[in-house]
Amino acid sequence: MGTVILLTLTGLGLAALYFLVASGLSLVFGLADVLNFAHGLFLGVGAYATWWAAGNLPGAGPDGFGFVLAVAFGVAAGTLVAVLVELVLIRPLYSRTIEQVLVTVGLSLAGVALLQATWGADARPFPRPEWTRDVTGILGAQVPNGGLLLIIAAVLVLGALLAFLQWTRYGLVIRAGVENREMVTALGIDVRKAFTLVFAIGGAAAALAGALGGVYFGTVSPGQGSSLLIFAFIVVVIGGMGSVLGSAYAAVAVGLLQQFVNYYGTSGLGDICVVGLLAAVLLLRPQGIAGKVATA
Amino acid sequence: MEAVLSVENLSVRIAGLHILQGVSFPVAPTGVTVLLGRNGVGKTTTLRAIVGLTPRNGEVRGTIRMGAQSLLARPTHRLVRGGLGYVPEDRCVFAGLTVAENLRLAERRGVTPAYDKVFALFPELERRARQRAGSLSGGQQQMLAIGRVLLNDNRLLLVDEPTKGLAPKVVTEVTEVLERVAESVPVLLVEQNLAVVRRLARDAVVLAAGQVAWAGDARELLLETALTRSLLGVGTGEPHRGPDRAAATGKDAN
Repeated sequence: MGTVILLTLTGLGLAALYFLVASGLSLVFGLADVLNFAHGLFLGVGAYATWWAAGNLPGAGPDGFGFVLAVAFGVAAGTLVAVLVELVLIRPLYSRTIEQVLVTVGLSLAGVALLQATWGADARPFPRPEWTRDVTGILGAQVPNGGLLLIIAAVLVLGALLAFLQWTRYGLVIRAGVENREMVTALGIDVRKAFTLVFAIGGAAAALAGALGGVYFGTVSPGQGSSLLIFAFIVVVIGGMGSVLGSAYAAVAVGLLQQFVNYYGTSGLGDICVVGLLAAVLLLRPQGIAGKVATA
Repeated sequence: MEAVLSVENLSVRIAGLHILQGVSFPVAPTGVTVLLGRNGVGKTTTLRAIVGLTPRNGEVRGTIRMGAQSLLARPTHRLVRGGLGYVPEDRCVFAGLTVAENLRLAERRGVTPAYDKVFALFPELERRARQRAGSLSGGQQQMLAIGRVLLNDNRLLLVDEPTKGLAPKVVTEVTEVLERVAESVPVLLVEQNLAVVRRLARDAVVLAAGQVAWAGDARELLLETALTRSLLGVGTGEPHRGPDRAAATGKDAN
């Protein structure tokens, strides 16, 4: 019983990480039709900015309020990079899918190379509060606190995103834009502002994933964003483009499947099963769990 | 009277196809000007070019003016904020949003939305405010699409096939609403139902093969059976039939 609880909670921790990356990716694709392969870069920037801030930013550090400040700095850096990428590189290329893919793939490769050139290719130990290294006993299972922190953060982000989509003017514009972007402009709304906003939201969530992923894994490395991005894309497709709630369901399915199969089967089999799940969803329900609707 | 909108020498090419070739016509500052023609002659393309919604793989040339202002190259949202209301073909309501949310989306900062006017024209929308737009009937969706535009003041309304696919009773209702709307705002209407055209339109522009084939008084056009047959492919039916019955049974211009 303890093993099942442990696998469930660590699986949910992984799901939380996937959700934080996938939710922004899904909104960006659903609203702006941009397949953003540079999304992993926002995660990397968030992780490295948090790592840098904990050691160098006055007031920031690996513990207590200092750690919160370091994470806030990391999230701000990821958000800023996402907004700049949208304004400078993506905005001139809307409706030009191939060019977008080339630019975002190029940017993701260049971003990893830049991180490597600046801080080296090797993984570096991530500064994290002592309590995140401990475990908490839950129904007989000893669950790592780093995973629980990720779950709590993802639930808060999910709640905030749903409230934003449901109750704010921009949330309404995003939900409508996911359905029919052209008609939103035909009602007199400058939809480009919403594009920038979803990039900022996606960048912030991915950067938070980078910072909390550093806590979860205990290290930070230049390629971390790219490897997580693959599973985030799978989550987006399974969940349905443009659906935050769909991404949450899909992230839980992928995280749990991976964790249980890897434990009870051969290591690595979980990843293959996730690809199998993706194939099954594409065959049986190509629009994903929630279809192309920004559900609130 | 000076035209509220003038289209001059408008040419639109999309994916290498010349859809419009030198189209010119004015839109009168009052009443309804109807754009007629067989399927595929470029009526919807004309409306979409006016409101700046030509696809990215399209090319627009010519001049479109509203008063002294040139409309080409201005983004759609600015044109709409400037008083160009657009009701697209197939309604395009946001199916996943409620009726109230669809209407709220059309509200503009600093402008008081005319909910009283919209709910007076379409009381059904107020009763169904919390219903998802995707679950409305075709007629109710059309009312929502028109109501959404009427929340703000407009200098000109572009309405694309508002009676398409609607039941005869609803066609009559929509026609009556457009008639009332046209008393205060000029309308450029794309319509296939000649009974609706007969009831609403004062001026008519007929497109054929991407060019203006005929322009003038709509009643004059509809009285000339041979002309409408050659331009639109149909006769005009019985010109003296009552408007409600005619709208319900009107023959399509195809």
